[in-house]
Amino acid sequence: MPADATTALPEKFPQVTARPSVDHPAFNVPLADLVAVLRYLRDEQAFDLLMDLTAIDWAEGASPRFTVVYHLLSTTRTGTYLRIAANCAGTDAEPTAPSVVDLWPGANWHERECFDMFGIKFAGHPDLRRILMWDGYPYHPLRKEFPLAGIETDLPVADIEAETGTRVIAAPMAGGPFVASSGEVNLTEAEPRAKDESWADRRPQPGQTELRQVKD
Amino acid sequence: MSGLCAFRAFLRLNKMATEHTFPDSAARAASAASAAPAEFQTEKMSLSMGPSHPSTHGVLRLQMELDGEILTKADPVLGYLHRGDEKIAENMTYNQFVPYTDRLDYLAPLANNMAYAIAVERLAKLEVPARCQAIRVLTAEMARISSHMMGLGAFGLDVGAWSVLLYTLEEREKLYKLFEELTGARFTTSYTRIGGVTRDVPEGWLGRVGAFCDQFLPILEETLKLLTRNRIFMDRTAGIGVISKADALAYGLTGPNLRGSGVGLDLRKDKPYSGYQNYEFDVPVGTTGDCYDRYLVRGEEMRQSVRIIRQVIAKFPDGPWYATDAKRIFAPPKDKILTSMEELIQNFMIVTEGPQIPAGEVYFEAENPKGILGFYIVSKGGGVPYRMKIRSPSFCNLSILPKMCVGNLISDVVSILGSLDFVMGECDR
Repeated sequence: MPADATTALPEKFPQVTARPSVDHPAFNVPLADLVAVLRYLRDEQAFDLLMDLTAIDWAEGASPRFTVVYHLLSTTRTGTYLRIAANCAGTDAEPTAPSVVDLWPGANWHERECFDMFGIKFAGHPDLRRILMWDGYPYHPLRKEFPLAGIETDLPVADIEAETGTRVIAAPMAGGPFVASSGEVNLTEAEPRAKDESWADRRPQPGQTELRQVKD
Repeated sequence: MSGLCAFRAFLRLNKMATEHTFPDSAARAASAASAAPAEFQTEKMSLSMGPSHPSTHGVLRLQMELDGEILTKADPVLGYLHRGDEKIAENMTYNQFVPYTDRLDYLAPLANNMAYAIAVERLAKLEVPARCQAIRVLTAEMARISSHMMGLGAFGLDVGAWSVLLYTLEEREKLYKLFEELTGARFTTSYTRIGGVTRDVPEGWLGRVGAFCDQFLPILEETLKLLTRNRIFMDRTAGIGVISKADALAYGLTGPNLRGSGVGLDLRKDKPYSGYQNYEFDVPVGTTGDCYDRYLVRGEEMRQSVRIIRQVIAKFPDGPWYATDAKRIFAPPKDKILTSMEELIQNFMIVTEGPQIPAGEVYFEAENPKGILGFYIVSKGGGVPYRMKIRSPSFCNLSILPKMCVGNLISDVVSILGSLDFVMGECDR
């Protein structure tokens, strides 16, 4: 085991460049060498834990658009972290990166999450499905063009109905006294509390209906 | 202790389905299937456990395939509690996100608050005063006790030891009273700010924490005594859900689940933050990595937490409890805001623009009760992060489920889930 991964890594892989960092040693790696570098770090530099795998979206029009970031931790070299970053290949709509599930089985769910949130296709992943959003959800919410408020989509109810022949009620309490209705325009109409007529000045109050009524 | 080991070895010899070696899941499924004579093999049945099931601790759903009572496949379905915390973080200032960290691991919000604050401070290269660090260590260890107490009670409940929960909830309630006195809230504390905490410790509060520790230790021993040599509890946990050292590392398990498998990784020791290097404590590790070991590790961690709390109280530093020199990060005290123009402007800028953090990227991890909680923050400068990734321990700890559940009895899955001690608020984010 060489004394220091930060010097050994650029020696072994000259195409690796240092990445600006305020905390841990960090390197930019060409996508083609990513798996080889990570394998080297795991097997020969004792970085046995893949702590985190994530991506950054540099916004629409940026090139490169997506970067995948890996954080490694070594349990034998006490408290040594390493950050490895690589720019994704592919198009904006379908960026790609190699999968590291073979190296760390724990990367499976991280890569599924990355695919779910950014739409990055990890080549060689055994089971690249969505993990936090439901199957069939049409967007990748952590992309910068996706609005914070979300986009209304069909709930997965319709296809369940078609598949099983069973009627599914998406929100069985909708319309009840304690459920806010989303379709209506203003808060007074939508909020269930406001439906209690004693709350609203514009509506007749119990007991003194005629006196308080305001014409629209 | 040797008697205990012999007893556990005896138990293990009597367990057919779970060997030490922990073979591959497919091999285990095959061996489980071949262990039963052909006439006893049944048609595969699929069963959905959760999302609202008492032993899935929240809204985890396990899509299982069963051969009789033995699992041949387990597929966890997540996302029922997904709120898009990372998207939300990109759209608000650093301090506004503190309440969202409460809702990650909502059984230890104080520890989450601390991990998040330190991550941002690392990015700003800001060093908080010793008193602030001590307060944070103190609250994080109290949060660890409260989280483990809840985990222990729920674990007992899962395997049929009902009375444990009565003891643990009472102790947790005492801690919540102390939290309320300190932060104003029992549950969602939102206690830290970037560069400090919301307020100093109240008068006499440290004494009350010390008094809690004094009365807590005997009760902890009594509670653990209900389980540690309990024949039923050992039958349900010893030798069940074995995670080998290699598997625990490969799947990125952290916290008591990793230490239960014999890896002594504890960031409080290995990469100390917030002054943990000033306190003496031991890191318990297990030997076999079964549910019983994970239980033992958590029990010992609570004793160690009490040890840390006592040391913090004994050498509680004086001085400021927030970074007084960070004028663009930490808002000044209220009495100064209301009397001085400069402080008023300073407060106005921090509230409207957010704490000013330089550009760069940082990854900080803290040893939380459930495992290692990490924050990866990419900043382009200013008061709002460009990207924030939350590395949640429960998410990673659960990722081993498809592998480790296979070949177990369905009733053992309940033990396994209880022993992993996860929180879905953190898993789904």
